[in-house]
Amino acid sequence: MWVYLIRRLLYSVPILFGVSLVVFALFHLVGGDPALLLLGKHATAERVTMVRQELGLDKPLSIQFVDYLREIVTFDFGKSYTTREVIKDKILSGIGPTLSLSIPALFLTTFLSLTIALVVSYYRGKWIDRVALVFFVLLMSLPGLAYILFGQYILASKLGWFPISGYSSNWSERGYYLALPIIISVLLNLGSDIRFFRNSIIEEVTQDYVRTARAKGLSEKFVYLKHVLKNSMIPVITYVVIEIPYLVLGSLLLESFFSIPGIGGMTVEAVNNSDFPVLKAMTTVISIIYIITTVLTDVLYRLVDPRMSFGKRG
Amino acid sequence: MWTVALKRVFHKKIPLACAFVILFFVLVAFAAQFFGFGAAWDTPIGAQYLPPDFSHFSAWLGTDILGRSVMYKAIQGTRVALSVGIITAVLSAPIGIFFGCVSGYFGGWIDELIVWFITTLSSIPNILLLIAISYTMGRGMTAVYIALTATSWISLARILRGEVLKHKQKEYLIAAESIGVGHAKRIFKHLLPNITHQIILSMTFMIEIAIRSEVLLSYLGLGVQNLPSWGKMIDDAKGELSTGVWWQLTGATVAMFFLMFAINVLGDYLRDALDPKANI
Repeated sequence: MWVYLIRRLLYSVPILFGVSLVVFALFHLVGGDPALLLLGKHATAERVTMVRQELGLDKPLSIQFVDYLREIVTFDFGKSYTTREVIKDKILSGIGPTLSLSIPALFLTTFLSLTIALVVSYYRGKWIDRVALVFFVLLMSLPGLAYILFGQYILASKLGWFPISGYSSNWSERGYYLALPIIISVLLNLGSDIRFFRNSIIEEVTQDYVRTARAKGLSEKFVYLKHVLKNSMIPVITYVVIEIPYLVLGSLLLESFFSIPGIGGMTVEAVNNSDFPVLKAMTTVISIIYIITTVLTDVLYRLVDPRMSFGKRG
Repeated sequence: MWTVALKRVFHKKIPLACAFVILFFVLVAFAAQFFGFGAAWDTPIGAQYLPPDFSHFSAWLGTDILGRSVMYKAIQGTRVALSVGIITAVLSAPIGIFFGCVSGYFGGWIDELIVWFITTLSSIPNILLLIAISYTMGRGMTAVYIALTATSWISLARILRGEVLKHKQKEYLIAAESIGVGHAKRIFKHLLPNITHQIILSMTFMIEIAIRSEVLLSYLGLGVQNLPSWGKMIDDAKGELSTGVWWQLTGATVAMFFLMFAINVLGDYLRDALDPKANI
């Protein structure tokens, strides 16, 4: 296993390098002068020169790239251009709020959609299944922004069931503030999750071992809960794991609408303020977290599923 | 194979209805683009925040903060949304097809290089890549097209690579090789027709994701600048709800909802018809 872990880590080095190359090229080459991006088209020449010096943009590109790699390794991304905060501290302080929104949301969504998907696929082809499918396509087709705006307006402003926005470091108050964003987040993802899980479950139901289980007289419920559920966990886990990096990124929109001081909200703020260093750092850090998660998942798979051997890659 | 499937799909009522809904949106967008339908969105038609009034077409969805017709804005927004969806799909499909086919077909170091590139790009969360590209390309429509094209081809290339790998060992390709058919002809004449259904399906979802992303980017102020778009309408509307002005948000939401719903349902029927495994 350790051999596999090390090999998998080594394999992610070129990917890490690729990501840093792409991000660097995006922010330093594609858009022309980053200082102009930051200051806007009407900046004076002196301001541009100042910003260039401050961000080290006057150095040759190769040195800028080395500087950038150093930033990644030391996790020191300098300061935000607009707020002057140290980006590293900013990111670290944002992780808590983001995770307290995204982790409960992910667990609730997965639990609910898996349960509903099991029920729906048990009755597949019957009217419950058909009605449910149409309903979940309806849920999926509404724009995400509409959920947030209408949810906030109706449930918080009109009915007063939830606070309109805010955040607290105190745990019980935090739950009070986060309840509505969590509910909206669940609604946002429920439709597509259920459809995916339903398909994965139905794919398992048509396998031979299910027929065998039925043939030996097991009840349909037992077949579903014991055999089908277990085997359809592989696509389900893959699906959930893909969302893990987004746990850290959080929901850009939910965080910014509910004034949750997390990573997602910061990213939106950075876009609005044209905060070049913050945007670059966010893109880099979250991509690296994504790569690390994929490595861990691959290792976990091999621990969980004995059919995948450690010997071969892929 | 896929032409038969398409015929089968459009013989049913529901997918046909969806196709008509999509066609309706296309016609609205076409009229907005070429015949100036809703082109007067910029001139006020009355006082600010007039509620919907059914006596005038332009007032059906009321007015916004500057007294402009929300209906006209929604129509012009349709044009932006559809152009983004269609242009993204048209631009990124060839890229995805090329890299997917080349990577799966030739294998070896070409494959490794392309896979490395695809993995690299997909390691950057899509939304961040979109934001980064449209930010660095300097806010605006061109930047949105480029950002969406740069992100959309990746999944198509990955799907096609897998498909090509499956087909590579099939008899018909080996037969083609044995009678001396060249690489290009083998890919385009023999292989591609057999994976066209995957391309059609991917493009359906590409269009859907592109329209959704455009709304998000416009909302963040990175999208279209001098035209109304559904995302900008929602952005304008976010402060309006608390004052009881619901029509601008509702207009944008309903317009987007019908288009997304039609694409989703049609996509489902297409998948069922085109993917033999889904026929359960």
